[in-house]
Amino acid sequence: MVCEMETDQIEEMDVEVLSSMWPENVGTEADKQFNVEKPAGDLDTLKEVTIEEKPTIADLTRLPELMNSTQQGSSQLTNLVKQWEYMQDNAVRLLREELKNLNRQREEAEAKELKIIEEYKFESNEPENVPVLDETSDLFRRFRQKKRDALVDSKKIEIYEEFDTVAYWKQKALNLEKMLEASTERERRLVEKLSESLKTMESQSAPVQELTQNLERAEGFLHFILQNAPIVMGHQDKDLRYLFIYNKYPSLREQDILGKTDVEIFHGGGVKESQDFKREVLEKGKASKREITFTTDLFGSKTFLIYVEPVYNKAGEKIGINYMGMEVTEQVDKREKMAKLREDNAVRKAMESELNKTIHITEETMRAKQMLATMSHEIRSPLSGVVGMAEILSTTRLDKEQRQLLNVMISSGDLVLQLINDILDLSKVESGVMKLEATKFRPREVVKHVLQTAAASLKKSLTLEGNIADDVPIEVVGDVLRIRQILTNLISNAIKFTHEGNVGIKLQVISEPSFARDNTLTADTEEQEQNGLTETSVWICCDVWDTGIGIPENAIPCLFKKYMQASADHARKYGGTGLGLAICKQLVELMGGQLTVTSRVNEGSTFTFILPYKVGTSDDYSDDQDEFSDMADHQSEPDDTAEGYFQFKPLLGSIYSNGGPGIGNDFLPHKVMLTSPIKLMNSFVADPSNNTGQSEMLQLENGGYVDESKLETSSGHCPESAHQYENGNGRCFSKESESCSSSQASSEGGTLEMESELTVSSHREEEKAETDLKETSKPKILLVEDNKINIMVAKSMMKQLGHTMDIANNGVEAITAINHSSYDLVLMDVCMPVLDGLKATRLIRSYEETGNWNAAIEAGVDIKTLENEQVCVRSTNRLPIIAMTANTLAESSEECYANGMDSFISKPVTLQKLRECLQQYLH
Amino acid sequence: MDTLIAQLQRQFRDYTISLYHQGFLDDQFTELKKLQDECSPDFVAEVVTLFFEDCEKLISNMARALDQTGNVDFKLVGSSVHQLKGSSSSVGAKRVKGLCITLKECCDSQNYEGCVRCLQQVDIEYKTLKAKLQDLFNLEQQIVQAGGRIPQVDI
Repeated sequence: MVCEMETDQIEEMDVEVLSSMWPENVGTEADKQFNVEKPAGDLDTLKEVTIEEKPTIADLTRLPELMNSTQQGSSQLTNLVKQWEYMQDNAVRLLREELKNLNRQREEAEAKELKIIEEYKFESNEPENVPVLDETSDLFRRFRQKKRDALVDSKKIEIYEEFDTVAYWKQKALNLEKMLEASTERERRLVEKLSESLKTMESQSAPVQELTQNLERAEGFLHFILQNAPIVMGHQDKDLRYLFIYNKYPSLREQDILGKTDVEIFHGGGVKESQDFKREVLEKGKASKREITFTTDLFGSKTFLIYVEPVYNKAGEKIGINYMGMEVTEQVDKREKMAKLREDNAVRKAMESELNKTIHITEETMRAKQMLATMSHEIRSPLSGVVGMAEILSTTRLDKEQRQLLNVMISSGDLVLQLINDILDLSKVESGVMKLEATKFRPREVVKHVLQTAAASLKKSLTLEGNIADDVPIEVVGDVLRIRQILTNLISNAIKFTHEGNVGIKLQVISEPSFARDNTLTADTEEQEQNGLTETSVWICCDVWDTGIGIPENAIPCLFKKYMQASADHARKYGGTGLGLAICKQLVELMGGQLTVTSRVNEGSTFTFILPYKVGTSDDYSDDQDEFSDMADHQSEPDDTAEGYFQFKPLLGSIYSNGGPGIGNDFLPHKVMLTSPIKLMNSFVADPSNNTGQSEMLQLENGGYVDESKLETSSGHCPESAHQYENGNGRCFSKESESCSSSQASSEGGTLEMESELTVSSHREEEKAETDLKETSKPKILLVEDNKINIMVAKSMMKQLGHTMDIANNGVEAITAINHSSYDLVLMDVCMPVLDGLKATRLIRSYEETGNWNAAIEAGVDIKTLENEQVCVRSTNRLPIIAMTANTLAESSEECYANGMDSFISKPVTLQKLRECLQQYLH
Repeated sequence: MDTLIAQLQRQFRDYTISLYHQGFLDDQFTELKKLQDECSPDFVAEVVTLFFEDCEKLISNMARALDQTGNVDFKLVGSSVHQLKGSSSSVGAKRVKGLCITLKECCDSQNYEGCVRCLQQVDIEYKTLKAKLQDLFNLEQQIVQAGGRIPQVDI
């Protein structure tokens, strides 16, 4: 519907548009018609209006009538206008008069107002200068502003009324006249008033008083501030004399200060400085600040922050200074404390970081070392297996080539083993695990033994000499094992680098060296207290010298470093681990000594180590005789212990150095055997009566020592060879002879003196007797172990090594066994039922110290045969106890040492480990 | 005849090496072999027999202790396993030794489940080893009977 409606409308619109095209006058009717025809509802109201107008405009018939009446009306209108004008004039006049009146009244009012203002102005004239009374001046200003406004208003009115007539001007003249009159009148009144005011001014002092009061208040306020501010303020004149001073904490009365200078008032530190500072400011004319610490009798030590500024007069001349001081003692203290604290903090932080770094490095090093030690340990076990197997292999039948290969294999294996042992030794020393022992030993014998051992394996034509000064004690106390290790190391080193000439050891007593003077004293006394013995310390200097290739000077510094040899060339040529000297040095230092070297290329080297030893006062060494003294006794040379000189000639061909019995097969041809082992260097044979000289010669019978060394080294594998040698009496027992050794030996043999038959035979007899002795006094070993299988294995190994041993199944059994008979060595399992190895060892040690088993009884060990006091004989000797531990961790070994054990073997026990152990502890 | 010996010897060598490589044995067994000589020709067999007897006894001890549910004497188990560890270490029974270490740890932490499991493994392992070694000894005997020498085996 809506749509339709819309279309309809559009159509209509179209129609409309069409119709509008007609001219207007023509189309009115049509329009009209059209419009009429249109539905009413659609018409605009506007259109209706237009339709209604049209008839009124069209009425022209009444126009003349209208014209007449219009003329009448216009004359009437002019009358009316004239009348209106007149009335208007009247009204204007009246209004003007009215206005005049009003104007006058207003002027009067203004005049009055002015008057009042002027009166007031007089009154408030003076207070305007007092800044304190700002408000009143503001008020006054406000009044003045108002007055100005009023004047402007009246002007405006005048301008407005300019347009008017002469009457106005007349009126204005009159008005002005009146105003003039009024003005003169007012002036007169004002003059009167002024004079009146002037009169009253003098009498009335109220504003002055007020001002003074204000000033006083201001001053009071200032005074209050100055008095109460926690600062000292002062004013001083050109001569620095105080004119004013304000001090919150006055220690002096004003009259003591005013007119004086600082120096006159105080004495003490800082006074002069402050005076100088003030003078400086005065001279420079520049305000400045300074902190000055005063130490005066008056107020003690205080620090003031002082501000000084120069004061000028109007002419710009300096007339003095203003000075302000504030006490800052506490602040300064705090500041200094803070600074110190900060400094301390920084230092502590630096130290901390340094420490952390060190700790880190140490930890790293420790870990690396631990790792190395563990690795070495792990390598050693399989390697010893390899070497052991090779050794066993060498006992089997082999052809020449195989044997040569095997020898290379064994010697390489030995080298690696040596290297690993060295590393372990080093890490032991470095980690502090290595404990030194204090045992009595005879330096001469040690030197002799070392030289013998070296001579036994000597493959060069070198002469080994031992030279011991008379003042060297027969017996000293020290760690003989380590000393022997050092000597052996140095000697083998010397031999290695010496191709001809001599190698020797020289011992002499020296005075205490300077490097040890301070620290040894304390250590000595401590140890003396511990031992409860009266012992004196002696320093022995040991030179190991050779006539070898020498060491270039530039190589000396790195000589003692690990894995270093004088040059790579040397390493290739001579082999070796490069650890030997490092170990020697560390050991010597561990014992509180010093190792040094002097050397000249192609002339030889001398390694010197100085060590402190203790000398026991007791002379009895009956219980401490090792095999050498036994042997010496046997050879009826009781004074052997005091001999000061030994010499060894090479024992060519006796190549037992590796302990490999297989090598024993390539022995020397007959003729060499007759000469070299039993060689005499000098024609005179050692004589007991001849041993008083400074460097008397003792001829050592090499044959005897060969036998000894062989027994020691070969017993494990080939005990028959020893017998062979003995029985054969120098007979050759080798099938083949290596060309080099035989030629060496024969050339050597040419220069050698032949020993008389008699001597030879006598020595042989001695040897036999000695061997018998050795067999009867076989070392007694006790194995303490609870595991049957372990016992079985260990026993079998011992058998292989040529020993038998007793078995104890636990700690209690061990103690009982030790109580019953004496042992040379105890192998002790750590973890055992009933009584474990650590406790048992502790009890045994306690027995050794006290000579009784009280500790053991207290621990609950039942020892029935305690009454047999025969055991006391042994109690002075320390029984070597070797722990057998399942784990090789450092804690465990520490524990072993802590409980009095001498060493430890890690389980499972191997032949090699046992052999090493026996070599170390059974001499 | 010679070829038979050579064959047996090769078999023996291979078998020995395999025992090492598979971790049944370690160097300690080599050590034992070293100890065997003319004076004690059956040393290894003796020790090993003793070891297996030991094993049987200790394992049954431990099994009994672990059977006491709710009231297991871990200390007893611990001491037994310690013994076993020592023995196995001594003969070079590597796998048994390793298991003993684990069993010891379980025992120390009172881990019942772990103990039982480990013990079972130890039981299996030692029986396996026993069989293997028996084979090895049989081979040895065969070689000897055939008139040959027991070869040295380098591991």
